Amino acid sequence: MPPSLARLLRQAGPFFGLLVVIALFSIPAETREFFLTYHNFKTIFTQTVIVAIGALGMTMIIVSGGIDLSVGSSIAFTSVVGALLIQKGWGPFPALVAMILSGGFVGLLNGAAIAALRLVPFIITLGTLGVMRGSAKWLGDNQTVNYESSPINTWMTTPDPFSYALPAGVWVTLGLAILTSVLLRHTVFGRHVFALGSNEATARLCGVPTTRLKVMIYALAGCFFGLAGVFQLARLRQGDPTVAVGLELDIIASVIIGGASLSGGVGTVLGSMIGALIMAVLRNGSQQMGWPTYFQEIIIGLVIIVAVFVDRLRQGRQG
Amino acid sequence: MTSAPALRLTGIAKAFGATRALKGVSFELAAGEVHALIGENGAGKSTLMKVLSGAHAPDAGSMELAGRPYAPSDPHDARLKGVAMIYQELNLALHLSAQENILLGAESARGGWIDHRASRARAREALAQLGHESLDLDRPVRAFSIAEQQVIEIARALLTNPRVLIMDEPTSSLTPADTERLFAAITRLRGQGVGIIYISHFLEECRRIADRYTVLKDGETVGSGPMPGASLDHIVTLMTGREVRELYPKSEHSLGPVVLEARELVSAPRLRRASLQVRAGEIVGLAGLIGAGRTELLRAVFALDACDAGAVIVSGGRPGAPTPRSRWAEGVGFLSENRKEEGLMLSQSLADNLTLTKASAFSRLGLISPRRQVAVAQRWIDALGVKCRDATQPIGQLSGGNQQKIALARLLEHPARIFLLDEPTRGIDVGSKAQIYRLIGDLARAGKAVVVVSSYLPELLGLCDTIGVMCRGELAAVRPRSAWTEAEIMRVATGAG
Repeated sequence: MPPSLARLLRQAGPFFGLLVVIALFSIPAETREFFLTYHNFKTIFTQTVIVAIGALGMTMIIVSGGIDLSVGSSIAFTSVVGALLIQKGWGPFPALVAMILSGGFVGLLNGAAIAALRLVPFIITLGTLGVMRGSAKWLGDNQTVNYESSPINTWMTTPDPFSYALPAGVWVTLGLAILTSVLLRHTVFGRHVFALGSNEATARLCGVPTTRLKVMIYALAGCFFGLAGVFQLARLRQGDPTVAVGLELDIIASVIIGGASLSGGVGTVLGSMIGALIMAVLRNGSQQMGWPTYFQEIIIGLVIIVAVFVDRLRQGRQG
Repeated sequence: MTSAPALRLTGIAKAFGATRALKGVSFELAAGEVHALIGENGAGKSTLMKVLSGAHAPDAGSMELAGRPYAPSDPHDARLKGVAMIYQELNLALHLSAQENILLGAESARGGWIDHRASRARAREALAQLGHESLDLDRPVRAFSIAEQQVIEIARALLTNPRVLIMDEPTSSLTPADTERLFAAITRLRGQGVGIIYISHFLEECRRIADRYTVLKDGETVGSGPMPGASLDHIVTLMTGREVRELYPKSEHSLGPVVLEARELVSAPRLRRASLQVRAGEIVGLAGLIGAGRTELLRAVFALDACDAGAVIVSGGRPGAPTPRSRWAEGVGFLSENRKEEGLMLSQSLADNLTLTKASAFSRLGLISPRRQVAVAQRWIDALGVKCRDATQPIGQLSGGNQQKIALARLLEHPARIFLLDEPTRGIDVGSKAQIYRLIGDLARAGKAVVVVSSYLPELLGLCDTIGVMCRGELAAVRPRSAWTEAEIMRVATGAG
């Protein structure tokens, strides 16, 4: 197979998967009327925001050969932090910055622990998954944190729900996706992230500061998770320490469906975004078909397995 | 010989898409014979071995095993029919014991319960065939040396009583002493009537152990004959299709000031004490047995491993604790002996591998220009004759020799002025070797300092100005090349001196 064709197939694979999923829900009579409409896609895009922003950070981590299981807890934690600050009278933008930084701080701790203790990221972040969930409940005194109102509440909606405008969260996701893609593909930092994931020993040998780099990757990804917490807060309009349980699996699945390899060195932002969309379309479509939630979970689980298997086939053909 | 040969191949052909890896190979192996299979990388040896061991089915031609048609469906089937293969990369379960590894997949069992006594007896018997009956069967395999691990792997192959044993580069990571022990084991197996196909890049070794040779070039048999009395020059000419007169360059170069010095360097546990001076324009060789601390010396100098005592002084160096990053900045480059695990990012492109030490040199306003990276890589691809599709190809798809050229080009492009080369020619074909020797010669002439670690003594003696021999973690002797012979190096390396 000519290399350009192989590359096209590799990049178009997830996109093709998205088209198949969309087609699947466009055919049945129950959903045909409503599914393929602009407003439904507006809903789908809005529903993708939190997972997609998390997937941006996760793409960096997975490409570097790591994993972060504490995303869901971090999102809950930062949304509780945000709710408390707003309660105290903070404006939306100071609260936004504080939430991003608190997510970044959690990431910094993860990265530092991984680099300093030389333990595998899976274990460290499995630990922080519990630590952050507990901390969120502690901060919120084991209940949801409510506040009067805040402009943040409007960031996931549009003034007129039937207008064609998209909510701020969607635009932020789009902009960040482009920035992250450029960061990963066209900067020295990004090149080093790929090098670290492809072969850590080589990266070290070639003078890449691997320890510092790992800390930076987790901290930066943590900032993304903090931002995902902002939109979680915007959607719920309250800080809920029990929110986003299991969301780490959706986020990791998006990245993997998007073609990244769990062993590192491979992955694209575009792929991860399409992966996140596939998951959202599946959820949205299943709801409209009236399928029970357990059925959605089964389907999404199977899609992950199929996606990774198809990816292996593609890679095999390449080699 | 009146009986049918152990193995006979006639007109074997195999193509992958448009690439004709084998174009018609004929080959005969007698029982109780060691047959060297020689050829450059890409000559078709690996494909032929995969056909023999059942991993690939041939497109044309026939195979006979002891006079009967032989068409294995997969490697397991081949093993049952009596063809066993020892790969260059060992296939052992490192956490399991020697005995468990030898019997893996062929355990003596009754109703699912392992029969410990019978297992033990069979493992012992296999080891005894190799002259290693005293090996500790209960020790986990990772606690053994590479040489012992290889013995364990061969013992496993012997369980099925193979008629044909294929060994791919069995000595590539062995010390001379271990090679001798392997040869003793091979001689025993030959005495028991096993036919052995011996694949190696070391021609002197082939000459010592083999009874006959066959040379492959571009997927065809280009020559075959009895090994005793065969001229190595003739074999090299067959392999390369050209005459290689001077493998080692006799380049005129003069020595400058000392640019690198290690003083009483210690890095526990392997490096116990080493002092070394390297001058500009000098090629210094480090000889010694595996585990003598040669690699550890280079790694300590390059700050990949921590030093417990002593100092490394690089001329014009920077103050502060050294790191690999600061070493590159000082113009010191390191080539790892372990291309796959440490040297290269196999899933990444040639261009990325080549420019990793100086990625920022290709960026403007923080953004990397892939076009400039590729242009630079293309220059080296042309200069070194690297066979590849283009500079964006993942480097894992290249042959060992071509990978090594890119790994070396990384140091050249950086550019380094002090080259630390650990086993620069391991596992690569003769043509690439000659080219790397020429490169090293050119570097010295240009006033660069080169330190070469090698287990292949003719290479050190042919290439270096100065040779240091390490023994048990200490740099025992550093002398000009003229003061050394192979025997003398071995005497010092084994601690007999």
